[in-house]
Amino acid sequence: MHEEETGVMAKMSFEDAATRYGAEPGGGAPTKVKITFVDSQGQARSVEGEVGSTVMETARRNDIPEIAAECGGACACATCHVYVDEKWAEKTGKASQMEEDMLDFAFDVKPNSRLCCQITVRPELDGLVLTTPAQQG
Amino acid sequence: MNQLKEAAIETDVVIIGAGPAGLFSVFELGLLDIKAHVIDILPRAGGQCSELYPEKPIYDIPGLPVCTGQELTDNLLKQIEPFHPTFHFNEMVETLVSLGTAEKPEFRLSTDAGKIFHAKVVFIAAGGGSFQPKKPPIPKIESYEGKSVFYAVRRMEDFRDKNVVIVGGGDSALDWTINLHPVAKSITLVHRRDQFRAAPHSVSAMQELVAAGKIDFKLGQITAVEGEDGELASAVLKGNDGVVEKLACERLMPFFGLTMKLGPVADWGLQLNENLIPVDTEKFETSHPGIFAVGDINSYPGKLKLILSGFHEVALAAQKAHRYVYPDKKLLFQYTTSSTNLQKKLGVS
Repeated sequence: MHEEETGVMAKMSFEDAATRYGAEPGGGAPTKVKITFVDSQGQARSVEGEVGSTVMETARRNDIPEIAAECGGACACATCHVYVDEKWAEKTGKASQMEEDMLDFAFDVKPNSRLCCQITVRPELDGLVLTTPAQQG
Repeated sequence: MNQLKEAAIETDVVIIGAGPAGLFSVFELGLLDIKAHVIDILPRAGGQCSELYPEKPIYDIPGLPVCTGQELTDNLLKQIEPFHPTFHFNEMVETLVSLGTAEKPEFRLSTDAGKIFHAKVVFIAAGGGSFQPKKPPIPKIESYEGKSVFYAVRRMEDFRDKNVVIVGGGDSALDWTINLHPVAKSITLVHRRDQFRAAPHSVSAMQELVAAGKIDFKLGQITAVEGEDGELASAVLKGNDGVVEKLACERLMPFFGLTMKLGPVADWGLQLNENLIPVDTEKFETSHPGIFAVGDINSYPGKLKLILSGFHEVALAAQKAHRYVYPDKKLLFQYTTSSTNLQKKLGVS
């Protein structure tokens, strides 16, 4: 990429962020990241997740199917169960003890299972790929 | 059943659901001398507050900077004490039939425990619906339910001399593993990990049984079942190590917690909109006169599923309910701070 182009892109994304989120000038980190949800039938849906919100909230805001999120994000229902794509497992991190306990209530739990209300959207998760199970509750 | 029918419970109002909206309905209706019976499928009051987040803090109850779901429930129960509501726990309202007219409504309700209620008005405060056991995605499991697949133990005798498979790692799974093992022919406990949420003494009791060879413990999940005419013969276990094996299984008990299902509400002939009950915002009455819907289960333009919205809704609905219950009485609006009449009802005058 040419230097000139990089400059333009940086400026655009900065203006974008400033108008939409009132970011302070000089703040370089992106405020939105791309998250892809692949449903149990294999259909992929890519949406924008806002940094600081949770992946579950992102799914709900974008009407992602197969995410029920009955309890609204209290880590109390295990109906926002997702499988984290292998490549992203390290960046999303491991489930906490409370989350592991709640995962007992989910079906077909695998080593890469997470409850997505417990994954906070961060700049380094740009490109995150998750798969949703066929049955939540 | 016939005897029970004859002994129908007569009441002013039946409140379906003992969550915050249902509990505060008792209060607002009680101030207007409307006596309540409250029915809930759960074994205790509180609804989602006590079932889903008893220990989690709530920050948006007006006047209470922070309280947990359980504290809110306990406070509401204390607040409605003066009105002596009658609770019917572990029961689900199955049928709701209208017997009256639009001007003089009357209803007959029946529960899955066989109780019959006659009420002048009905408050549906059922939140997200009824809490029902989560059913694992095992093909055809429903054809075995009630005969050889159980989500709760009603009679221990159903398990006598049977090969029993119990799935889960919480108190229900471990309690029944321990309690049924002297009765059953064999018990296999299946859980996805070797950690358990159950009470520590249950975990050690279970582990002792495993060590003594009295029960089996398998790490993995049940993926399929086999049998005939509702009677199970075996269950397929997929171990965490990938090994698939067939377990002798005549009784299966999956314990995956509870989920909210709208349930029988859908069959009561009420207008529904995406599993919610549309109401007006003056009286929070449904499409059927005398039936009100309050809290998370209703919908109207601008609806927010907040506990505080539910509280507002029940206060307004109670005003209209009064006209049905006491058609000849004029309702005088009063404040609890100044009305000696209300204070007498609250037992504080």
